[in-house]
Amino acid sequence: MTLTLQFVPYTDIESLDTTERINKLLDIVKGKNVVLMEGRLKPEEESKLIQTTMKEISKSFKGIELCTIYPEDKNLDLFKKLKRNFTSFILGDREGITIIGPATVVKEIRRDPNKIQLFTFDLKKG
Amino acid sequence: MIRIIRDFVQRIFNQIFAKKKTFKLGLYGPTNSGKSTLANKITIDWLGEKMSRVSHIPHETREILIKEQIIIKHGGKELTFNLIDTPGIATKIDYEDFMKYKLPKKKARQRAREATRGVIEAIKWLDDMDVVMVILDATQNPYSQVNITIIGNLVARKIPVLIVANKTDLRKANLKKIESAFPQYDVIGISALKGRNMEELYESLFRVVR
Repeated sequence: MTLTLQFVPYTDIESLDTTERINKLLDIVKGKNVVLMEGRLKPEEESKLIQTTMKEISKSFKGIELCTIYPEDKNLDLFKKLKRNFTSFILGDREGITIIGPATVVKEIRRDPNKIQLFTFDLKKG
Repeated sequence: MIRIIRDFVQRIFNQIFAKKKTFKLGLYGPTNSGKSTLANKITIDWLGEKMSRVSHIPHETREILIKEQIIIKHGGKELTFNLIDTPGIATKIDYEDFMKYKLPKKKARQRAREATRGVIEAIKWLDDMDVVMVILDATQNPYSQVNITIIGNLVARKIPVLIVANKTDLRKANLKKIESAFPQYDVIGISALKGRNMEELYESLFRVVR
């Protein structure tokens, strides 16, 4: 079995509303692919993603593993923070990476804190 | 600058609560972090009775539980709140995981169905909370996305947050790691099971609300 990482550029989701974004991402994940998305969802979208995932759990779909890496802003000065906020406001939240994998394939995504480790189930057997 | 804005928002909240008699205090967190054990400790301390069932099997709390009119007193002041114990937030639920705890298949499937509904309900209830304690297991890695998503949602909704690192009685507990994961928050280390550091927790609740 091959583990497929599907890249989703921010431009693919920026014109979509919350429901459409979530459905698009979940469709990819339900096809047993790992989403590698540019940027991040809003907190409200992340919680909506969890709710939708719960509604769709079935014999073949056990849920998701989710992880977001976002550059820390605690070391930025005020000007850089304002610049980042302004850019996010104009262009959307493109900074960082979001990883979403199907729980049947991805056992755990460990973030600690600027490093991501992706643990999969034994893929050889698939 | 950000601190000034945050303090201003906090003051506005405090003024709202000062006028409000009873507020809703939600206990949120991942599964098996000890939310129900803490809920029981609070209700035993102030009402003399338990409110939730606890178990080592994940997703024991699968529906919202409410205990009304809890009055806590500290330094001549008192707070009245409704305590809301919520199901643990998870991104995956597999009934086969429950079978590892010797649950029969039928019961495991039923538990999984109820657990998925519980997660949905817990998230829906976020909008109704006035203050939230996020309960984390101090022996686990705090950088989990569930923790980050819960706290992110509370910040987005401008709900005051207290981060509680539970299970500090265990040798593997690492309070410093939780503090460094959430440097912008006060983290209170407790053991709900042993009743350790509950005084500081109650004091912190007064700080957040008043």
